[in-house]
Amino acid sequence: MTLIEFLPLALLGGILGLDVVSFPQAMISRPLVAATLAGALIGQAPSGLLLGAALELIALETLPFGASRYPEWGSASVVGGAIFATHPTHPPGAMTVAMLAALATTWIGGWTMVKLRQLNAHWAARWRDGLEAGSRGTVTTLQLAGLSADLVRGALLTLIAYAILAPAANRGIALWSMDARLSRALVVATAASVAGGAAWKLFHSTAGARWFFVGGLGVGLFLLFVR
Amino acid sequence: MTATAQHPFPDDTLPLRTQAAIVVRLLAIQGAWNYEILLGNGIGFCIEPALRLLPGGVHTPNFKAALARESRYFNAHPYLASIAVGALARAELDGEPPARIDRFRTALCGPLGSVGDRLVWAGWLPFCSLASLALFGLGAGTSAVVWFFLIAYNAGHLGLRLWGFHTGWKHGLRVASALGNPVLRRGPQQIGRLAALATGIAIPLALGRVIGPGRSLMGGVLIGVALGSLLIVQLRERFEGWRLSLFVLAAFVLISVIR
Repeated sequence: MTLIEFLPLALLGGILGLDVVSFPQAMISRPLVAATLAGALIGQAPSGLLLGAALELIALETLPFGASRYPEWGSASVVGGAIFATHPTHPPGAMTVAMLAALATTWIGGWTMVKLRQLNAHWAARWRDGLEAGSRGTVTTLQLAGLSADLVRGALLTLIAYAILAPAANRGIALWSMDARLSRALVVATAASVAGGAAWKLFHSTAGARWFFVGGLGVGLFLLFVR
Repeated sequence: MTATAQHPFPDDTLPLRTQAAIVVRLLAIQGAWNYEILLGNGIGFCIEPALRLLPGGVHTPNFKAALARESRYFNAHPYLASIAVGALARAELDGEPPARIDRFRTALCGPLGSVGDRLVWAGWLPFCSLASLALFGLGAGTSAVVWFFLIAYNAGHLGLRLWGFHTGWKHGLRVASALGNPVLRRGPQQIGRLAALATGIAIPLALGRVIGPGRSLMGGVLIGVALGSLLIVQLRERFEGWRLSLFVLAAFVLISVIR
């Protein structure tokens, strides 16, 4: 893949990275959407959705509360979705390495968001005189600088992560030795375990929620086995 | 003695163009979020179109003082910050005393943060996500799953931002009463129950669709998920689930590749 071929993916990663916090927080950056869009860009939207669903189970745990440090799913889901979608026959190990690539990127993405916030703080301190004087130019410039920096952050993160991780993933898939369904079962069981833990964390203090969960589980298992 | 507004804004509504500018800017309210003034600059950025309506326009000391005041430290949930933007815009245009506006800004931070976190991040977002996963597990097509999630989530998201801005503008500094709205008070509980129901439905169905046809693995996977969830609940203070998954999958890849 050449740099020109990487660019649409990087741009998508930038836009979805921007959505996580800065603009417009419409949750197009959630894995379910972001990985599907990356898959669509490769021409394999259903593959993107499959990976996005597995990643979404893990992302349920992430609550973007204020100043806390959390993983950045937008750019990471683009990287994972694109890697998985480039193997449309879903060979053994493809989902595992794509998930691993997405999780590694989300980790680095969280770190880059902290750095971006520090950069924004640096700019705010540097332009303090303008802010204290009520300069509309300063207020607008600071806001646009933050938005632009976030877009560039997401795009660069996607570009670099995909450039490094896609070849590594191809190598991993070529050497994979385990059965495809078993590999996928292990991945999705890991993801669903995180979702189960996250659900408990979110709802255990809500009165009656555990009965709703048990009822839902009954319906879910019934539908699973009758279909 | 209570300080009162110097010159109440003559109109009940802002010009449509000003409203549109504020609503669009609200979507970028966290654009310059940082560890020094948090959401402060974003509040100033969003209110600025309204401040242009101050007597004399943008080149007056009143405008500059108001913009400087509104761009100071502020913290709130990004969606519910729209309440603050509406209320503060009203207060500034009504000519409320600066000290009163400062006290109001300080008082508003806490409630707008905690209510929004419970309602949106811990309620509406997981509910929409899990309902979409359930739809995915039921075999819905790619577009149906993605559009369902985006439309459902953003109906709540955009509705909350618009309601917040109009409520803030309508009530001004007396907006605290709006925080007693039943949606804000009881919403998190109700949504929490629905999300718990959706969790129960979504997890087995999503598992089934990702793994693919055949049931031979399903029993073992479900037992594994139950045990894994218990482990993650036990470890919750020490280890986040996504990090644990990263290490588990890395180990799995190493074993599968080296073997």
